[in-house]
Amino acid sequence: MSEPILSRNFNIPDAHKLSVAESRGAYETAKKVLATSKPEDVINAVIASNLRGLGGAGFPTGKKWQFLPKDNPKPVYLVINADEGEPGTCKDRYILERDPHQMIEGIIISAFAIKSHKAYVYIRGEYVEPYRNLQAAVDEAYKKGYLGKNLFGGTYSLDLVVHRGAGAYICGEETALLESLEGKRGLPRLKPPFPAIVGLFGCPTIINNVETVACVPHIMKNGAEWFVKLGTPTCGGTHLFSLSGHVKKPGVYELPMGIPLKEIIYNYGGGIKGDKQLKAVIPGGISAKILTAAEIDVKMDYDSLKAAGTMMGSAGIMVMDENTCMVKMLYYATKFFSHESCGQCSPCREGTGWAHKIVTRMYHGEGTLKDLDTLLTIARNMEGRTICVFADAAAWPIQSYIGKFRAEFEAYIQNGKGKDLKPQEAVLQHG
Amino acid sequence: MANITIDGKQVTVKDGITIIEAIDQVKTELPRYCYHPGLSIAGNCRICQVEVEKMPRTVIACNTRVAEGMVIHTQSAKAKESQQVVLEFLLANHPLDCPVCDQAGECKLQDYYMDYGLYDSKFNEQKVKKTKKAVSIGPTIMLDQERCILCSRCVRFGDEITKTHDFGIFNRGDHAELNIYPGQELNNKYSGNVADICPVGALTDKDFRFKMRVWYLGSQESVCPGCSRGCNIKVEYEKSRPYHLKNERVMRLKPRENMDVNKWWMCDEGRYAYKSIDQNRIQKLISKENGVSSEISWQKALEKIAGLLKNAKPSSWAVLASPQYTNEELHLKKKLFKDQLKWTHIAFYAPGQEGSEDNFLIKKDKNPNSAGAAQILNLNGAADMTPVIEKAKRGELEGLIIFGHDLEKIYGAETLKLIRQKVKTIIYEGTNNNPTSAVADMVLPGVSYAEKEGTFTNFEGRVQRIRKAVEPIPGTLPTWDFLLNLSGLLGLSYKALRPEHIFEDLAKDNQAFQDLNYKKIGHQGMVWNKK
Repeated sequence: MSEPILSRNFNIPDAHKLSVAESRGAYETAKKVLATSKPEDVINAVIASNLRGLGGAGFPTGKKWQFLPKDNPKPVYLVINADEGEPGTCKDRYILERDPHQMIEGIIISAFAIKSHKAYVYIRGEYVEPYRNLQAAVDEAYKKGYLGKNLFGGTYSLDLVVHRGAGAYICGEETALLESLEGKRGLPRLKPPFPAIVGLFGCPTIINNVETVACVPHIMKNGAEWFVKLGTPTCGGTHLFSLSGHVKKPGVYELPMGIPLKEIIYNYGGGIKGDKQLKAVIPGGISAKILTAAEIDVKMDYDSLKAAGTMMGSAGIMVMDENTCMVKMLYYATKFFSHESCGQCSPCREGTGWAHKIVTRMYHGEGTLKDLDTLLTIARNMEGRTICVFADAAAWPIQSYIGKFRAEFEAYIQNGKGKDLKPQEAVLQHG
Repeated sequence: MANITIDGKQVTVKDGITIIEAIDQVKTELPRYCYHPGLSIAGNCRICQVEVEKMPRTVIACNTRVAEGMVIHTQSAKAKESQQVVLEFLLANHPLDCPVCDQAGECKLQDYYMDYGLYDSKFNEQKVKKTKKAVSIGPTIMLDQERCILCSRCVRFGDEITKTHDFGIFNRGDHAELNIYPGQELNNKYSGNVADICPVGALTDKDFRFKMRVWYLGSQESVCPGCSRGCNIKVEYEKSRPYHLKNERVMRLKPRENMDVNKWWMCDEGRYAYKSIDQNRIQKLISKENGVSSEISWQKALEKIAGLLKNAKPSSWAVLASPQYTNEELHLKKKLFKDQLKWTHIAFYAPGQEGSEDNFLIKKDKNPNSAGAAQILNLNGAADMTPVIEKAKRGELEGLIIFGHDLEKIYGAETLKLIRQKVKTIIYEGTNNNPTSAVADMVLPGVSYAEKEGTFTNFEGRVQRIRKAVEPIPGTLPTWDFLLNLSGLLGLSYKALRPEHIFEDLAKDNQAFQDLNYKKIGHQGMVWNKK
């Protein structure tokens, strides 16, 4: 990787401060775009850049913006999803904490493009330090006239509100996020209507991920063609990969779209800790289906990972060595999903809790072989039968861990493993 | 319009309606918990799964709109599987305490298990324990959180219909529970409806709870007599175990859908007012002679009254009719007292009896048939009873026939006392004992609205039928029957045998009722012809 783009300021001391950020070129592009471009120019550039939503879904960003109704009398809102809660993911955190002005500049240009005059950043409640830096950056930008009325002395005005979440994973689902932002319980909404038509406070709303909008100034500065060349034919630019687990050098790496997973683990991550054997990798956060060591010859982009039967998701790569217990892994996955299900749809509400109870029992040495089939049935029955994709995400770990490591699960059950686990580990989730 | 196919049947439905609305129009069965036509779409129970051709997965019928050419299957293997697995999830943490659950028999979990479930349960874990089991949450409703399937109908009812925002769902995942907000109680004028719309045994009606298993109930269509709205109701009565609850026959009232009157709802005031049907009833025909009360037969009483009326001077007798009575009965009163006997003192309106009113269902006129009474008796604005009462107080009346009114309640005990002194003969006809019946010379036991046929005209002129749910108490006689008999003795002959025939006569006699008959009025009523 030649030149870092999104992460270029991550190691610059005090880059979250406006003076430092400006010395590194922050807001130059926004000033220029607002002074010389039309909103359609930005949208066209973003479409041409192949920028895709980097929150996990990978939907083309420019196309999303075009879903806004034409000749709409209501205000348009831009909402930034900074509720980064996917286990194994910490990429947005770096932007929010270390280079918030990069995102604010992206918000200015994006909001200008969709003719919005009010933007919200919904930031994960647990992100205290990122919140402080972001709020300070917003305050500084307001003071300098980069936010508020008549930005940069021009005619365009934009208000930006930072709103802290209260710790629910489901509020990262965009419509649950909108509900939460409106002051209600964070429950995903029925779709249609989609947020671009009926979003925040009933108005047309675009919801973009932190990293997605952070890409926009770079596209406007260097051109769409430059951005396209960084990535794959269908997916432009670079991506921040969160690498964790049993690697020698975990961390956030900015790498081009389509980089081989192997290269991330062995070159950038320095290989497996203690030089052990690799057992499995989750490529895109806890929701993504697991890949066995034999399956890691895959490129890290939306289409390649989909073809490999898993997904890019949040690009949170979790590496597991040969000693990792898959039953325990599944225990943590089902624990997470049963704890975070919003409880609205019956299959998810009941299915995630049910699955976790079975896995907990299994983990503590009281599983049966029949339980494995029951788990797969629960997963299959939850999948695709709910309002949002949470239930699908909860089903995929069950399906892929058992599907790919069934022999290990069977051996665990038959050999009576787990019976000697400490009592505190046996405590049920809510118990 | 959109042409769609539901289970192989081609139908044309309105554009933009949901699949479940189309399904309801063709009267196909489809399970539903959270969907209610009177509430917003929640889409959370997920049971109304249907297969739509060319769609990869089954979809919920309540939030999918029809489109031209759509082919929908509610019974295909794919649809049935989806319905079944969702039901299994819904029942996973359900306590299955049907033997002690009052909803049993009208529980949609039970019904749908038989219709769409019939699987062998795979759930073998500890169920989630919730805190509130059989807890009172207000004067009328009990809450059981474990039975709740979180369909949110009651939440939406409070948010959207009464706007009292009583309920919320608290916590997350399988620990989510329904509750009322801290420090609040469920106490609004329509609280009882939440027990109706609760598809399971989570919200039950205190008044009905454990009184009777629902499979012992009979049900008859009727109209609430509690105010001039005329909400359509079902009178539910015990049908097969008379030994079970002595002297109590009507067990509860339930609202009956009528989009032009009350939609799906009824108020608590009306809902719990049924007790007068079985309590404090006048059951004996009493006649006082020289200060001695004795029970006499209807035959004797009719002869006695006919004798009195034959010799009565039209200006010295008065009749207090009542808007609590049916159109048919008011018609007979008009024919007898006004047309035949030529009495001049006829009134029905009791002043100062208005109650509360709201912008939804409750009307301040607490009579079910004021419009009918005014139209039929046609008193040219002289409907108020007060002039008659004044006349009686001055001793200008010889006799008074009172239908249902309690003069003490309307005019005070002093007035009743004075009238008793001044009026020689007071004949009282009614259903329940009260201070006025207590002082009457003759007390005629009538029947309640649940024991007779007839029609009421609501405040908008909608003529609606009440129907007999239970037989009259032995010794009581429907007012129409009594008036028919009395009219016969006084030289008026009718071919009428039933209220339906009286109504036919009314339709001939009164322009507002022209062209109406029981068949046309049907189950949902019809607005009269008054311009």
